[in-house]
Amino acid sequence: MSADQLGPDQRGPARFEALLEAEDKIEPTDWMPEGYRQTLIRQIAQHAHSEIIGMQPEGNWISRAPSLRRKAILIAKVQDEAGHGLYLYSAAETLGVTRDEMLAMLHSGRQKYSSIFNYPTLSWADMGTIGWLVDGAAITNQVMLKRCSYGPYARAMVKICLEESFHQRQGYEIMLTLCRGTDQQKAMAQDALDRWWWPSLMMFGPHDSESTHTEQSIEWKIKRVSNDDLRQQFVDMTVPQADFLGLKIPDPNLSWNEERGHYDFGPIDWDEFWAVVKGNGPMNRERIEHKRQSWEEGAWVREAAVAYAAKQLRPKHTRFAS
Amino acid sequence: MTYSVPKVAGEAEMTVGRDEATSQWPMWEVFIRQRRGLSHVHVGSLHAPDAETALMSARDVYTRRVEGVSIWVVPSTEIVASDPDDAEAFFGSIEKPYRHATHYEIPDEVGQM
Repeated sequence: MSADQLGPDQRGPARFEALLEAEDKIEPTDWMPEGYRQTLIRQIAQHAHSEIIGMQPEGNWISRAPSLRRKAILIAKVQDEAGHGLYLYSAAETLGVTRDEMLAMLHSGRQKYSSIFNYPTLSWADMGTIGWLVDGAAITNQVMLKRCSYGPYARAMVKICLEESFHQRQGYEIMLTLCRGTDQQKAMAQDALDRWWWPSLMMFGPHDSESTHTEQSIEWKIKRVSNDDLRQQFVDMTVPQADFLGLKIPDPNLSWNEERGHYDFGPIDWDEFWAVVKGNGPMNRERIEHKRQSWEEGAWVREAAVAYAAKQLRPKHTRFAS
Repeated sequence: MTYSVPKVAGEAEMTVGRDEATSQWPMWEVFIRQRRGLSHVHVGSLHAPDAETALMSARDVYTRRVEGVSIWVVPSTEIVASDPDDAEAFFGSIEKPYRHATHYEIPDEVGQM
């Protein structure tokens, strides 16, 4: 039965299913199940919040970057994260949520951001490790999301993936420089890897067996690959890169499994993962407090912009009348 | 980056969106001409209090790597869109093959046409 033979109230659902089936994109004006819309709002808003909060750990090192070149790069990267947040907020808005609502939910803790940003950036080597591992994990996920069924989200991913590539490469370059430097510099790189490795693996979320949303999201083609498969992809890609640097991944169980054609790796500390998700990571409170504060202290800029806009709208002759 | 944060056990399902009451700035659609000779293409949207600020923000948000030579910003409320339910009426499947060049048989001897 083709869509035009159906009653008007069934045409939407039938078209939605047909579009998914045909690997076509769902666009904002199309009918979609309420659950699909809510799942996407939640995921895209979290993704946007992560980009915005993700500016803080790196912003922390802008004033202490070791050279002018590194400083310019770091500023450009942090500016990109702001841009990525804005593309994503726009994509979420096409689903009928307002930006004000999303910001309010971030500030009140009702919407979350990636737990990775609740860890502190203690040394310059953390800038290298974040670019290499955190952006590397993000790229693994986002390359998959380019094939997401929701058009505006998939399109935002295309642009973001292009830009993230620079982020990962600049991070790896920092690591290379440190690892080819003094013993002290190499130790600094190893220390950063030790601290960021496990949180990076946690970025992919709980095991598939524990992940309640995965099945539905895969059916809706929002998510195209499971958490565990993405995590494995990331490990397989990253281990040789660590070897090249001469760094040791902090996992005694890490070994190549000839039969599977993949690396085996040790168990993840899920207690730590859930503690951070629930708000008890090292930096949860500070990150949100800083975000709220910058929003409040920026109020005068927003007010001035509105006043300026109102003034531009005023008919010209009234300017001389007063 | 990415980031689907899983729900904590017992976390309430939340329904958001369709909130009409808001004081936020108007939304603008952004179009960029990649280079001379090409059309402006839609790249996304942003919020700004006025057109001039929208243009400056579009530059920062959408062209950090010289993605274009010209930007248009248009108030989102000015865009009129066709309804997917009317797709049949707009782009219907009535076959008019005679509108396509391949509909006509021209002998090979005539050469390229």
